[in-house]
Amino acid sequence: MRPLARLNRFFSRLPLNLAIVVLCLIWVIPTLGIFVTSFRSREAVRTTGWWTVLNPFGKGEIEGQVEYTTYCASCHGEQGDLLLGANLSDPELVANYPRSNRLLAVLRREIEGKPHLEDPVLPEDPNAALELLAPILVYMDSLAGGEKAEVGKLGVRNYADALVGYKGTQDYLTDCGQELDSTLAKFDCNASDLLNPEGMGRAFWNTILVSIPSALLPILFAAFAAYAFAWMDFPGRMWIFAILVGLQVIPLQMALVPIARLYTEVGLQSTFVGIWLFHTGFGLPYAIYLMRNFLGGLPREIFESVYIDGASHWTAFWKLAMPLSIPAIASLGIFQFLWIWNDFLVAKIFLSSNPVLTVQITNLIDPRGGNWHILTGAAFLSFIIPMLVFFGLQRFFVRGLLAGSVKG
Amino acid sequence: MAAPKIMQQGRVVPWLYVLPALIVILVFIVYPTINTVVLSFRDRRGEQPASVDCVEGQPCWGNFENYRYALTHPDMTTALKNNVLWLLIMVPAVVAMGLLIAVLADRVKYEALVKAIIFMPMAISFVGASVIWRFMYYIETGTGEQIGVLNAILVALGIDPIPWLSQSGINNLALMVVGIWLWAGFCMTILSAALKGLPEEVLEAARVDGATDWQVFWRIMFPMILPTVTVVITTMVIIILKIFDIVFVMTGGNFGTEVIANRMFKLIVTDTGRSMAIAVLLLVLTIPIMIINVRRFREQEAIR
Repeated sequence: MRPLARLNRFFSRLPLNLAIVVLCLIWVIPTLGIFVTSFRSREAVRTTGWWTVLNPFGKGEIEGQVEYTTYCASCHGEQGDLLLGANLSDPELVANYPRSNRLLAVLRREIEGKPHLEDPVLPEDPNAALELLAPILVYMDSLAGGEKAEVGKLGVRNYADALVGYKGTQDYLTDCGQELDSTLAKFDCNASDLLNPEGMGRAFWNTILVSIPSALLPILFAAFAAYAFAWMDFPGRMWIFAILVGLQVIPLQMALVPIARLYTEVGLQSTFVGIWLFHTGFGLPYAIYLMRNFLGGLPREIFESVYIDGASHWTAFWKLAMPLSIPAIASLGIFQFLWIWNDFLVAKIFLSSNPVLTVQITNLIDPRGGNWHILTGAAFLSFIIPMLVFFGLQRFFVRGLLAGSVKG
Repeated sequence: MAAPKIMQQGRVVPWLYVLPALIVILVFIVYPTINTVVLSFRDRRGEQPASVDCVEGQPCWGNFENYRYALTHPDMTTALKNNVLWLLIMVPAVVAMGLLIAVLADRVKYEALVKAIIFMPMAISFVGASVIWRFMYYIETGTGEQIGVLNAILVALGIDPIPWLSQSGINNLALMVVGIWLWAGFCMTILSAALKGLPEEVLEAARVDGATDWQVFWRIMFPMILPTVTVVITTMVIIILKIFDIVFVMTGGNFGTEVIANRMFKLIVTDTGRSMAIAVLLLVLTIPIMIINVRRFREQEAIR
């Protein structure tokens, strides 16, 4: 009876588990797609779907292997050395065929009164035949000890391209390896290329420069204000705070043009200070709200006791309120940091000369979809920090979200 | 705030703590908001009254000329219509999805993993999410294989691939799916916390009385978390009113997918007056939410 009941329970819960698994797959697959794509070669991305990588039989396939197996392997053998007079794994023999048209000429000739290829026969159309022979030549070269060109080979070349902002025809690492003139004109082929303004490396640095101060400044201002709202009495205290609650939802679109004009006058346009201040301004109402709710929720007795002991507000703020509100500060800081790291609009308008990650990604988008291999790499570079923060500090992040979910 | 017992202090001290923040807010939120309203009544360069843009013989609203554009121009009516569509379809869908996942995940042992997966898109940027979904929706129009997941599935089923982002009727829904994928985790997290906060005895009592799971959810749990559902809905409404990045990256507002914030961004350099009128329109639309939030805050304070 026991095992049967367990089985029963398993089947009755099957629809529930199935529904959850399907939902999770829907959530994971889009991200998985660009993650896999970011490691594939341009050619592979263009010709086959990323999910083909997951096929265990397609893995490690060498260019030309399929064609070789179809046309040649039955006589020459899998390794090409079955016929003594025509050892296809002999480097000297392979060297005779630098181009596929030479090979075609040989294959069109009859051997002992029979066609060279009978089953299957080569296509009649010479172009179709040549297209088929090119990969066979590549495969013969690999049989003869040459480098194996794996079709689905995964690598980090796209990330190198994205980091330095490479826009050539091969890829950055190959070009630098071959010391290609057109590439050397733009790149030094060393670490200094990471600072190329068109690359994600520079954008990464810009984003860090924007995000960290923009996350810390509002917390500093908010902590003082929140302390006063929670533990001091002054006229208009409730009114001002209610207004702050309202200000949280003001769209930041309201401030773009006036602040841009102001910045042009005072010389802050396209500066990091300018964007720090803007984010501080729009982060403050929420930050004050969250901090005051947290500080106001602390037990009154501990504040009363330090006041009775003669502590000033200044001491109570630094020695009592701040240490106690570290969880709130962490939540707020993480929330604000991710918000700014992921911001596009403000950076686009106030920091156009120093593109951040999101802006640089939009610069890379090709409307015809020709550079998915670089675009996916670039997108993933921008995810690294948020993902680390998210998976490492999820607890704080969720707490910040729950504490007050009316951010504007 | 039923005034906590507050320490004696001078008249000046509180303001020393509050003023730095208030000044930053005045400079970066209050002043620009007023300035934007003023600029919305000026011409394209923000120098002369908006009425100079009026053309003889054409309809004109005088100094409200930019608002005539914001409310009646075909580009803007499309944008307004789309924002309404987003509000009417995407907001209920994302809240329902969040609630569904919160309820389902609560019943399995691997709840934390499910929640982390659904919540993950919240950590990445709208721009990044848009790249992810552009790739999902990608259509190969030449002879090659479909490399976008959705069209590859259609082809495998023997259906013609669909230009998800350029076919009107479908493209707006396709963009909303991206929004749902992004924000369902947010709704789920908040609603899940509310569900877990419900008193177990009440639910247990209902079950003992013979209520089915379905009845327990709709008659007891849902009414009890209704205040939280309202919070989630108002937050989503604000987010959707300002929706910009997804549309900007995925379609650029082409093929009939324009939204208010994208129109505002497009005109920000070329026609400040019109752009600012659109921004004011956006502000006006958020005012009801602002009132709801302030009222809710005052109710909470009254209880404390």
